[in-house]
Amino acid sequence: MLKPVGTAGTLFAFFLDVLRALFRRPFQLREFIQQSWFIASVTIIPTALVAIPFGAVIALQVGGLIKQFGAQSFTGSASVLAVIQQAGPIATALLIAGAGGSAIAADLGSRKIREELDAMMVLGIDPIQRLVVPRVLAAMMVAFFLNGLVSVVGVGGGYVFNVILQDGTPGAYLASFTALAQLPDLYVGLVKAVIFGLIAAIVACYKGMNAGGGPKGVGDAVNESVVITFLLLFVVNFVLSTIYLQLVPPKGG
Amino acid sequence: MGVEIKVDNLTKSFGKSLIWADVSLTIPAGEICVMLGPSGTGKSVFLKTLIGLLKPDTGSIVIEGTDIASCSEKDLYEIRKLFGVLFQDGAMFGSMNLYDNIAFPLREHTKKSESQIREIVLEKMDLVGLLGTEDKLPGEISGGMRKRAGIARGLVLDPEIVLFDEPDSGLDPVRTSFLNQLIVDLNAQIDATFLIVTHDINTARTVPDNIGLLYHKHLAMFGPREMLLSSEEPVVRQFLNAQRVGPIGMSEEKDADELEAEKDQDLPPLPPIPMQLEPSSGIPRRSQREPGGWCRDNGVTPPPGSFEANMSMTTKV
Ligand SMILES: Nc1ncnc2c1ncn2[C@@H]1O[C@H](COP(=O)(O)OP(=O)(O)O)[C@@H](O)[C@H]1O
Ligand SMILES: [Mg+2]
Repeated sequence: MLKPVGTAGTLFAFFLDVLRALFRRPFQLREFIQQSWFIASVTIIPTALVAIPFGAVIALQVGGLIKQFGAQSFTGSASVLAVIQQAGPIATALLIAGAGGSAIAADLGSRKIREELDAMMVLGIDPIQRLVVPRVLAAMMVAFFLNGLVSVVGVGGGYVFNVILQDGTPGAYLASFTALAQLPDLYVGLVKAVIFGLIAAIVACYKGMNAGGGPKGVGDAVNESVVITFLLLFVVNFVLSTIYLQLVPPKGG
Repeated sequence: MGVEIKVDNLTKSFGKSLIWADVSLTIPAGEICVMLGPSGTGKSVFLKTLIGLLKPDTGSIVIEGTDIASCSEKDLYEIRKLFGVLFQDGAMFGSMNLYDNIAFPLREHTKKSESQIREIVLEKMDLVGLLGTEDKLPGEISGGMRKRAGIARGLVLDPEIVLFDEPDSGLDPVRTSFLNQLIVDLNAQIDATFLIVTHDINTARTVPDNIGLLYHKHLAMFGPREMLLSSEEPVVRQFLNAQRVGPIGMSEEKDADELEAEKDQDLPPLPPIPMQLEPSSGIPRRSQREPGGWCRDNGVTPPPGSFEANMSMTTKV
């Protein structure tokens, strides 16, 4: 019954260990660059592909809704807000967790069952500092850039759909950007993406390093890490959005 | 010259499942010990506890005055420098070739130049017969080669204690006997304390100076090789001689009915004690004892045919 609580506790303790190891030198630059490259390479194309329909769906939904209110002049702005604040970070995080995180969990998990991690510790090397810190930082950085990519592609997709399918006027769509959206919306999107990248990487590393019981254990670890990350993401997204809306009053309200 | 490991009252469990309890033994400096036990009795857990990768529930492990079970993280890292460890499948780092794997501890822990490192790495690779495979990745070589590479990596920092986790599992009998010879030769050469964990009876019968038997969640017996090989204690006798008659069943212990049915059966005679494997140089190891010495000192008559050169190594069932 209390097992999930215990897991949450050890996961948090693991996060603190990572935080502590973050400041230990020497920083593993090579591993960081390799991992950034790797995570980017497995996430960029799926992210772009997901972002286009994401932007389009949002444009269609928001556009239709707004028409009923007779507030077409806000269509562009509303889509941008939805993409940048919500869809962007979430799509980024789902892909970081689904593509990047699962690869991290599988990699660390197979090292764990091959006893590579034990061998490292016996050689006096802390796997958290050597392997986990570079992966977490890499995931955060890639999430930051991917979020930018999703925002651009999503807004672009929304624009195309609004103009072509919903007979919006190109000028009005662009001109309405600033009507509701403001700069902090962009920042909160980026902050969210980075935090989601952090969560995805921490959970993946934790699950990978605690894989047990042969190859099946690695499969389970990958599976669990993706599911746990998704659950955490939606909770954290809710909390962050609530805090943000309290702190930064929406524009033009 | 090797250091002593003093294990006292060690108990380990994971959650509610007890792995073993009250294990006490002293692994003498410079000697070869074998810890024997059926699969799943926690031999690997025992090794990992000795190097502080797992914390025991109770008990102490004292090496050079430091208790591994309760010392600080910093002391633990210091103590671990005394160890060389061969993990079950070699535990080579998959992303590095064999050369870099074996050079890894030197690059991490010493300030040696690349040319000095090269000299040491090639020497150790030669020792385990892996010269010429420097550029291979761990995934490209056989299990036996990975194990030997693991031994080479464990040796580069001149350890005082070397732990082997099932050096003989997954190898064919010929490779096993080469590896056993390698272990004995290494001990003769570096005089470190060796602890081998295995379920292979032939290794246990011929390689070590001392044998321990881990069975049914406790240490059934630990002592000189000849003591265990001439022991009449039912579990020790059954396991070391691979016999069916005795308290050990297919799954753990036999039940009362089975034991009752066996009561009148005559125990097969103890097979002869084989000669201990000698270093290939012919120069005895420092800790090596004279064949039959323990039996004579303790007034035990060894089974007939013991200590004859060229005797068959296989045991009759
Ligand atoms: N980290 C761990 N967490 C929980 N149980 C473990 C762990 N490591 C080993 N065990 C359990 O301990 C028992 C002994 O394992 P092990 O030491 O690998 O046996 P062996 O003697 O074959 O080497 C097994 O039942 C295994 O499931
Ligand atoms: Mg084992």
